[in-house]
Amino acid sequence: MAAPIIALTGVSKSFAGIRALEGVDFAAFAGSTHAILGENGAGKSTLIKIIAGVLQPETGEMRLNGAPGRFAGPNAAADAGIICMFQELSLIPDLTVAQNISLSRPPRRFGLIDRRAQILRAEEVLARVRCEDVDPRTLVRDLSLSRRQMVEIAKALGRDPRVLILDEATSALTARDVQTVYDLLSRLKADGVSSLFISHRMHEVEELCDRLSVFRNGRHIETFAKGARSDAEIVRLMIGRDVTAKYPPKPAPVARPAVLQVGGLSWETALNGVSLTLGRGEILGIGGLDGQGQKELLLALFGVLRGVRATVAVNGKPGLPAAPVLAKARSLALVPEDRKTEGLMLSLSIAENMVAAAFDKVARGGIIDRTRVAALIDKGVEVLQIKAGSVDDAVSTLSGGNQQKVVLAKWLMTDPQIIMLNDPTRGIDIGTKQEIFRIMRQLAEEGRSILFYSSDYAELIGCADRVIVLYDGRVVRELTGMAITEEALVAASLNTGDAA
Amino acid sequence: MIGRWLAGNRGFAVAIALFAVLFVTYNLMHTRGFSTAVLVQNANESVAIGFVAMAQTVPVLMGGLDLSVGAVMTLSACIASVMVNGTMGEIVFGAFVTLLAGTSFGFMNGLLVVYGRIQAIIATLATGAIAIGLALLIRPEPGGDVDGDLGWALTNTVWDFADTYGLAQGGEAAWLQPFINIPVPLILQFGIACLVWLPIKRTVTGMTIYAIGSAEGAAFVSGLPINRAKILAYTLSGFFASCGGLYLAIQTSSGNADMVQAGAYTLNSIAAVVLGGTALLGGSGGVIASLVGALILRVISFYFRILDIDPLLQPLIEGLVLLAAVSFGAGRTFSIRNRLELFR
Repeated sequence: MAAPIIALTGVSKSFAGIRALEGVDFAAFAGSTHAILGENGAGKSTLIKIIAGVLQPETGEMRLNGAPGRFAGPNAAADAGIICMFQELSLIPDLTVAQNISLSRPPRRFGLIDRRAQILRAEEVLARVRCEDVDPRTLVRDLSLSRRQMVEIAKALGRDPRVLILDEATSALTARDVQTVYDLLSRLKADGVSSLFISHRMHEVEELCDRLSVFRNGRHIETFAKGARSDAEIVRLMIGRDVTAKYPPKPAPVARPAVLQVGGLSWETALNGVSLTLGRGEILGIGGLDGQGQKELLLALFGVLRGVRATVAVNGKPGLPAAPVLAKARSLALVPEDRKTEGLMLSLSIAENMVAAAFDKVARGGIIDRTRVAALIDKGVEVLQIKAGSVDDAVSTLSGGNQQKVVLAKWLMTDPQIIMLNDPTRGIDIGTKQEIFRIMRQLAEEGRSILFYSSDYAELIGCADRVIVLYDGRVVRELTGMAITEEALVAASLNTGDAA
Repeated sequence: MIGRWLAGNRGFAVAIALFAVLFVTYNLMHTRGFSTAVLVQNANESVAIGFVAMAQTVPVLMGGLDLSVGAVMTLSACIASVMVNGTMGEIVFGAFVTLLAGTSFGFMNGLLVVYGRIQAIIATLATGAIAIGLALLIRPEPGGDVDGDLGWALTNTVWDFADTYGLAQGGEAAWLQPFINIPVPLILQFGIACLVWLPIKRTVTGMTIYAIGSAEGAAFVSGLPINRAKILAYTLSGFFASCGGLYLAIQTSSGNADMVQAGAYTLNSIAAVVLGGTALLGGSGGVIASLVGALILRVISFYFRILDIDPLLQPLIEGLVLLAAVSFGAGRTFSIRNRLELFR
């Protein structure tokens, strides 16, 4: 085989002490479509950001066509022919399609941007992706998500890529557009362009790619040609991790009265008819790959989203809460995705954060009763074993794990019946994780019900009595008891049919 | 074509319509309505606020804010009150120094925001105070001397301008006749706005200003020159503010380091930007739209003169107009489906 167009040797990168990539060796070749596979947090996004010049590696070396290359920024990478389509779209909503397509290198006349040439160029690349229906003069803001994704592809094409990186580029496309992208990729391949393809859809990978690389926990595990490994083997390569956390024992499955019933929940394009039942004292896990609607499901149930269609009953009472304040009144609690912005008021004290959701429980006639507050806070600190010098310290002085405990304590003060947890162990040390699992089980034994989304399958296996797996905003699989295995979860997440 | 322009510039279109209605009604009610004299007077009174509104617009397009615009205008006016007199060469040099001072002040704001990593509001609040301090050093007492011919020529009609400097046969040339009744201040405002802003809008750096206000992360990964655009935005802000100051000095033939007036100009500039239809969160709008916004603010104040309204009511009415205009732009929040986005 010819020399690789991109070669990484020994590349490492970490964020806030957490290793995202460790000693990665990776090579991609001209005229090849190369799939990068891995679970959530395997390091795929970090890898492509380094290749595209958005991040700088801490150690290791990147070679481009055999010559050492290190990009100061995305523009330097683009000049070298490395074009990346990011998962978070890189389009500017308030600019037109034409302006976006030739954003950083527009055609000029007398030093100024030549609008007519800009529009002509946009029309030309839009035609290459069969999007003649998109007017180059419309604002990107006014396009649907699937059209925006096609414009993003057109923008990448317009920059004459030699290495094209597609990060979940097809997630919002219609079937016709997906076919267009397939055709396009095979044409680029014939022209000698190297494509790096990240997708969670196994059938896409199998149809398009000739080489596959599997990543796990920031390490490159194996690279092989298409067909060299079966689906089941690939799944095993993606998992293969050490079990590091211990979980409290689960009770034997019993029939539980339903406290939350959801039917046909739909919202925008993210949720397409989710149905679920949550029993009293049950921990129901929500699985699936990132971005399949899990977060939106929890937000919808908590009344954050507008325009949700669903039949919902909470404790037998019908109706979806229309706002978080009403959800709280109906004994729901949500530990949100980002504890620093949605879970806590970082500059306020631990005590102030802990009572923030439960003022109605500590106030008499609108006046806060300080002795009651103090008693409740002491209890919360004790139950959750929050390690803090003083409850009057700013919550920002705590470690991530203890911060998350404060969020949990805040909601426990409202005495909730249904607790929704959105990836509560993200960025938390292993010891605190185990404490959180213990607390979750304890709460379930008290008769509270828990809806638990985790991006880590091991946690779902260790904690949940039952798991539903979401794919494309729908429940594709329900697993109970012993059937909750890593193989089954990964297979269901990729929606490979009944591979497991 | 017009439909598309309207869709993309709804706020601007509303501002133009509002201004047209207000201005025509004002002239109908005025005893000497639709006369050159009234137009000249109106135009003169709108120049300073017009330039300051333009100055404010550029940072606002990036989602920023410049609290020093009024102060930079005041500083420029004080410099001009000292330097813009004497021979023709001295006058030109004085005007140049005035504009250079304000522009450098804006450039410094840009450096502070980009490399000092200071929040724009605080940085410009501080530099605004510094500008007033310098203005007080230059002109502890109101006063000064600005060339009288220049003052007359720039604050009247095209004919007066030509007459003062003996151009185009003293204003009698046939080709000039269609234009003789246009007020010079109007030409200055719109001329500088178009000559400076329209070309800049068509550079990568200028487009980056919009891109930053719209989606800074996307602008970064698309490889746009973010730092350069931010510095340019504050520099332009300083330039437009000093244009306002220079004109104010020429108009009043003096300089006055008035802190209260500077603050009022800054606040009114934000109001004018919003009235013109520029989004305070950035991404859409433009300098010329804000100029129209400033004209709206001014027309409202003219009404107090011809209708026998207590001038004390002026802030109240301006506030109500501002609220009504802004509520046009708030419609978008109703279409947001994830309410968490309202807080981002």
